[in-house]
Amino acid sequence: MNINLTIIGQIIAFFFFVVFCMKYVWPPITAALEERKKKIAEGLDAADRAERDLLAAKEQAEADMQDSKEQSAAIIEQANKRASQIVDEAKEAASAEAERIKLAAQADIEQEVNRAKETLRTQVAVLAVAGAEKILEASVDEAAHAKLVDKLAAEL
Amino acid sequence: MATELMTSKSYISHHLTNLTFGKLPEGTTRYDGSVVGDGGVWTFAHSSATVNEAATMGFWAINVDTMFWSISLGVLFLWLFRKVAVNATSGVPGKMQNFVESIVDFVEENVNSIFSHKNALIAPLALTIFVWVFLMNLMDLVPVDWIPYIASQMGIPYMKVVPSTDINATLGMALAVFALIIYYSIKMKGVGGFMAELSLQPLGKWLLPFNLFLEIVGLIAKPISLALRLFGNMYAGEMVFILIALLPFWAQWVLSVPWAIFHILIITLQAFIFMVLTIVYLAMAHEEH
Repeated sequence: MNINLTIIGQIIAFFFFVVFCMKYVWPPITAALEERKKKIAEGLDAADRAERDLLAAKEQAEADMQDSKEQSAAIIEQANKRASQIVDEAKEAASAEAERIKLAAQADIEQEVNRAKETLRTQVAVLAVAGAEKILEASVDEAAHAKLVDKLAAEL
Repeated sequence: MATELMTSKSYISHHLTNLTFGKLPEGTTRYDGSVVGDGGVWTFAHSSATVNEAATMGFWAINVDTMFWSISLGVLFLWLFRKVAVNATSGVPGKMQNFVESIVDFVEENVNSIFSHKNALIAPLALTIFVWVFLMNLMDLVPVDWIPYIASQMGIPYMKVVPSTDINATLGMALAVFALIIYYSIKMKGVGGFMAELSLQPLGKWLLPFNLFLEIVGLIAKPISLALRLFGNMYAGEMVFILIALLPFWAQWVLSVPWAIFHILIITLQAFIFMVLTIVYLAMAHEEH
C-alpha cells in the first residue's frame, strides 16, 4: 500500500484517454445518435402527412362517388322521360295512321257505292224498256219513247 | 497449524502485493538476506514477512502491474468505442453499435440531468470514467489465481490484476478530477470568486478563518472520498475473493459464485458512483453561489 509514481502514471493515462475520447469517440457517436433522432422524427412526420393525405383522398373519392351517383340518376331519369316521350309519339302516330286508313277506306266505300249506283242506273233504263216492251207487246218506237224512259231513269 | 496459518497469511499478502519497480538505496537488506551494493539497484521489489522492499523504494517507484492493466483496459475501451464511432451509422445500428450507443446514451442522460452548463469535456470525461473504472473493476471477476499463476510461470513474482484495488490508481484519477474542479472553479468564478466561495460562507465574513477551514476540508474531502470509496470497495471485494480461494477447491463455488454475482452489482455501482460524483463536483465548480 505505497503511494508512488503510479499515481502520476495513472493521471497521465487518464488525461490521454479523456482527450482521445473527447476528440475521436464521443462526437461521431453522438452525431450518429442525433442524426437518427432527426430521421425518426422525419419519418413520423411523413407518416402523419401520409395519413392526412389518405383521409383527404378518401373524402375526395366519396364526393366523386356521390357526384357520379347523382349523374347516373339524372341520366336514368332523362332516359325514362325520353322513352315515355317516344311511346307517346308512337301512339300518336299510330292513331293518326289509323284515322288516315279509316278515312281512305270510307272514301273507297263511297266511291264503290257511287259506281254501283251509276251501273244500276244505266241498267235500270234497259230493264225498264225491256219490261215495257214486253208489257205492251207492241213495238214501241224506241226513239219516241227514249225520252220518257230517260226521264224515268233520272228519277231513280 | 502454525505453518498453515503462515501460508494462508503469505498467500493473502502475496495476492495483495503489487509488482513494484524502483530503486533500492545502497545498504538495504533484501528479501533474501543480501545487501544492496554501491549506488543502489533498480529492480522489482520483493517482500517477505520481515522486509518490505516496495516501501523502501518510496515514491520513485512504479506499480508495473497496475499501470499495465489500467492502460490495457483503457486502450481496449477506446479501441472498441473508436471502432464503433468510425462505423457509426444513423441507420439501423448493429449489435455492437447498439451496445455502445446504450452506454453513451446512459452517460449523456446522467450528464444532462446533473450538469446544466455548456461544457464539451464533461460528457466524454464521464464516459471515460464510467467505462474505464468499470473495466478495471471487472478484472475482479477473473478468478483470483489465474493471472497471477500464469505470471509466476513466466517468472513474474507479483501480479495484482485489478487496478482499482491499488490506491495509486484511484487516487490518480481522483486527483485529476480534483485538478479539474480547481480549474473550472477559477475559470468560472475567477480567483477572487473562488477565494470568496472558500472563505465567506457558510457563516459570513466575521468567521472567515472558520469558514476557510470548513471549506478547505470539504474541498479536499472530495478527491479523497472519491479515491477511497472506489479503492475500499474493490479492495474489500478482492479480499473476500482471496479468502474464498483459501477454501478447499470443491467448496469454493458455494461462496464464490454468489459473491461474484453480487460483485457484478458492486463493480457497476462503483463505476457509476465515481462518474456521477465527478459530474456533481464539476457542476458545483461551475455554479456561482
